[in-house]
Amino acid sequence: MPDVAFWQGNQAIAQGALAAGCMFFAGYPITPSSDIMEEMAKELPASGGRFIQMEDEIGSIAATIGGSIAGLKSMTASSGPGISLKQENLGLAYMAEIPLVLVNVMRGGPSTGVPTKISQMDVMQARWGCHGDHGTIAYSPSSVQECYEIAIKAFNAAERYRQPVIILSDEVLGHMREKVFVPPAGSYAVANRKRPGVKPEKFVPYLADPEDDIPPMASFGDGYRWHVTGLAHNDFGFPSAREEEVEKNITRLVRKIDRFRDDIVEYEAYEVDDADIVVVSYGTVARSSITAVKDARKRGLKVGHFRPVTLWPFPDKEIFQISKRAKTIIVPELNCGQMVLEVERAVHGRAKVIKKGLVNGEVFMPEQISSFIQEVA
Amino acid sequence: MRSRYEIRFAGSGGQGNILAAFITAKAAALFEKGLYVAQTQTYGAEARGGKSQAQVIISREEIDYPKVISPNLQIILTQQACEYVDDTILGGRVICDDYYVHTLPRVDANLYSLPIVRTAREKLGREIVTNMVALGCAARVLELDEILRPESIKQAILETVPKGTEDLNTRAFEEGYDLFKHSQHL
Repeated sequence: MPDVAFWQGNQAIAQGALAAGCMFFAGYPITPSSDIMEEMAKELPASGGRFIQMEDEIGSIAATIGGSIAGLKSMTASSGPGISLKQENLGLAYMAEIPLVLVNVMRGGPSTGVPTKISQMDVMQARWGCHGDHGTIAYSPSSVQECYEIAIKAFNAAERYRQPVIILSDEVLGHMREKVFVPPAGSYAVANRKRPGVKPEKFVPYLADPEDDIPPMASFGDGYRWHVTGLAHNDFGFPSAREEEVEKNITRLVRKIDRFRDDIVEYEAYEVDDADIVVVSYGTVARSSITAVKDARKRGLKVGHFRPVTLWPFPDKEIFQISKRAKTIIVPELNCGQMVLEVERAVHGRAKVIKKGLVNGEVFMPEQISSFIQEVA
Repeated sequence: MRSRYEIRFAGSGGQGNILAAFITAKAAALFEKGLYVAQTQTYGAEARGGKSQAQVIISREEIDYPKVISPNLQIILTQQACEYVDDTILGGRVICDDYYVHTLPRVDANLYSLPIVRTAREKLGREIVTNMVALGCAARVLELDEILRPESIKQAILETVPKGTEDLNTRAFEEGYDLFKHSQHL
């Protein structure tokens, strides 16, 4: 029997990270993400890990990159302007292929916005926040239980695909407390990065295995020589502007995620098979939508719900399938229309897509979603 | 119990509304069997003052929407927080503090005006335990409505409050429990 805990979403992310083997956290406090840092400050030293409060958000992700290069599973967390500050070094982690987990507990923006209130305004930032092409993996939990489970998955994906993985939580979920069933260690998968199988003198740090496009990673201090750079580089890790080397470098960063898209994508479909109307929502909003969908079903309406668990890669094929039957897709989200663009792209005009945004710092009430359903039923 | 029971503690920042909700929810999650619970809060950027409210949803079924829709029980500790009472469920209970709430709200529910703050101040000598007195009132309502046993809430208090304050907090809780037990709605 798993243990039962009563945690905040933020606490559950920290606990999930520890369960995945996170041993290093560098952070700088900011509402509504600070509880993650607080939990890690308490737990990491006790479990033999390291915790550092850095001078700011930029230093925090820089230290997180360093922790990972030194061989420890590493995480940082922030919100709003803190996430913006981290973008440059996030790009460095994509380019240098450093596994790490970045938690964004979304609050209102832009700029300092509304620190204590929920938003979902960082969906596109998660995909394209740092400059340059790269594959993106971003998870969106919608319960405290899922915060725990997704923290483990995020680490596994970071380790397996050797790149940063983002958790897009939100203020309500971060501060919400729910019962969590904590599975015993050993009952869930924990992935670890691929290590070099050659002697140090034969090591070519960015030579990817053809079967997965991912190069094995050595830790600093292991005796393997390795140059880490944000510049485009050749297989030896040294800066290069040669056309074929740059092309090889960048296309692989994108391809290593594209080719495993089906392994990474996760979603939850509820009553979509016969649905004429499908609500597509994620995070805390999905919980309002499900309430409204259940209510609509009771009234005899054929309504379903689709929840992307990975916002990136986006479950476009799966939504395309749904659009073959559904006539209308309603997309409520706490921004002025971000994920709805992906939904529109996914349905290829087969269904009518209706955008519903809310940016007042509150979550949609179920009755608001019910009224959106009623408008098209 | 009915499938969904909703509670709101509302007042101003620093009164301990979130802690009262946290303890209620912890009792449901850890010290009762088969209950789902979701606890949320809304507060401003200020550490003290400003509107603050905390919510608890308790259910025998999985909880989708995690915030209150129509609370069965509201505990209101300031005049300003009276603006929350309009969504109270028909036949629900609204308990107002009689010191800070001078003009009682008009609401179609069972309304109570109880000396929560004054009990903390005068009987216990510490206004800081206002939230534990409020929690005691809530515990009696939750017992009557067959949602939670007062013992589970007491256990949650003991496992939450700082060492050395157990006695004061428990006494405050019991004063609150008796306060509601011997009260009548208006």
